[in-house]
Amino acid sequence: MKFDLEIKCKKIVGGRAKGKLLLSKKPINFLGMVNTKSGEITSSNNGFEKQNLKGKILVFPNSIGSSVGAYTIYSLKSNNVAPNGIICTNIVDITTASGCAISNIPLAFIDNQSCDDLVNCIKILGNDKESEIILDTEEEKIIID
Amino acid sequence: MHLTREEEKGLSGEYGEATSTAYRILVAIGEAADAEKLVPIKWAHVSGVNYNTIGDSGLEFLKEISKDGKVKVNTSLNPMGFDRENLPELSPEFIEKQFEIARAYEKIGVIPTFSCIPYEILPIPQEGAQVSFAESSAAVLANSHLNIITNKESALSALASALTGKSPYSDLRIDENRTPMVEIVNEMDLENELDYGLLGYFTGKTIQKSCTGICNISENTDMWNLKSLAAGIGTSGSCGMFQPKKPSKFIEKVNYGKREMNETRDELNTSEDGQLITFGSPQIGIEEMSKIQTLMEGKKFTKPCKIFCPKSVFCKAKQYGIIDSLQRSGVEFVSDACTCLTPLINKKNYDSIITNSVKASYYMKTSNKVSVSLKSLKSIIKGYTV
Repeated sequence: MKFDLEIKCKKIVGGRAKGKLLLSKKPINFLGMVNTKSGEITSSNNGFEKQNLKGKILVFPNSIGSSVGAYTIYSLKSNNVAPNGIICTNIVDITTASGCAISNIPLAFIDNQSCDDLVNCIKILGNDKESEIILDTEEEKIIID
Repeated sequence: MHLTREEEKGLSGEYGEATSTAYRILVAIGEAADAEKLVPIKWAHVSGVNYNTIGDSGLEFLKEISKDGKVKVNTSLNPMGFDRENLPELSPEFIEKQFEIARAYEKIGVIPTFSCIPYEILPIPQEGAQVSFAESSAAVLANSHLNIITNKESALSALASALTGKSPYSDLRIDENRTPMVEIVNEMDLENELDYGLLGYFTGKTIQKSCTGICNISENTDMWNLKSLAAGIGTSGSCGMFQPKKPSKFIEKVNYGKREMNETRDELNTSEDGQLITFGSPQIGIEEMSKIQTLMEGKKFTKPCKIFCPKSVFCKAKQYGIIDSLQRSGVEFVSDACTCLTPLINKKNYDSIITNSVKASYYMKTSNKVSVSLKSLKSIIKGYTV
């Protein structure tokens, strides 16, 4: 027997993406914290170092720092090391919104409750580091396979 | 957010990649702001021109957009890093990339104003017109004094507006959001443009709402004072509009007195003295230029002095003899650029500068890492001329 778990989300940039979940509890400053050639997060006080954005579904509160960070997201995409999809859980800031728009990266917003549901679902299924999730912003849902 | 059939077509790529990207930006920002629809705009003013700021990835993006993008409305452009006709001592690579950025914008049909005061260069649309301004000082001035309507746009949202002629109908574009629900009660005598700038910076830092009242300021004060006030507000926060008014019984108040003014000044005034005097941020217009010339009649600056202004203002001032007069007083003119974010002023060349601009002092401190001696125009002329 196979079933999906679905969580509602709000579409910000349309599209469909699949990838492993990369969860950050703290905001990210794309301009300052990311290596655009490798996709690696280069510094944070998150315990987040050595994580790589490539191919992931990034779930995080919001971006901080200069709105020029939008071009950093664009650079990641041009270099093929961008996340496949992004989900904001606190606020959809201008940097993330415009960065995903110009890079054609599906972007959604979920509230804190839905974020907790998402994280708990992955934990219950027993393999929180390895699960792939599907972000379908056109249908406004996140599917856990 | 509801899109018309034409807008859906634009989004889907029927009118080319650049238009599709522009609609994606507008939809993303509109959805994030819970806008119900897009509305037409008459004029876009775009930022993100300085190679210093947008870098290689910004240039790459603009080159892609310029493949098939064309602006749909009159579009003006913020300053770049240096004067096109007076090339500075920066690396040839930097200069070439800066020119590539300028060429990409010109290719899509942007008017090459290279100015943060486009309202002094281009005609202002009729009262109540919706526009899209990415320069924060211009956006605040537009809403508060020029009787036109804009949000505080980002570089990309203003560019998207330029390429589509549209903006999301949100925030300050909606009439009911343009009535202040909070006000600053000014208790100080505002004697000069620096005093207005300090009040502005305090206002922007304190007021989290998009629109604020300011009590005890004159509606008819001169342009330099209004520009300084607007620039101060635009620099320090998200507030996009002020309204001079009498205090109201019914709304939240914040007092601005001697303590607040001094605290604001102390935050931005980080040096006793400097190696260079600058005027700009916002760029100097013809009115301020005349004012400086009148005060400098028969005088010479004892330190190097740069005035940042648009090329069109420089040309007009040249015709009036103002440029020659000020050059005799020791002024160097820099067109197409502004103090704020210029690579021309950096910690390799200068420890500190002297200026009357609150906006310049903020960016010198945070971006250029140069200290600032913050003094009014009259105080600078009193202290640094013979």
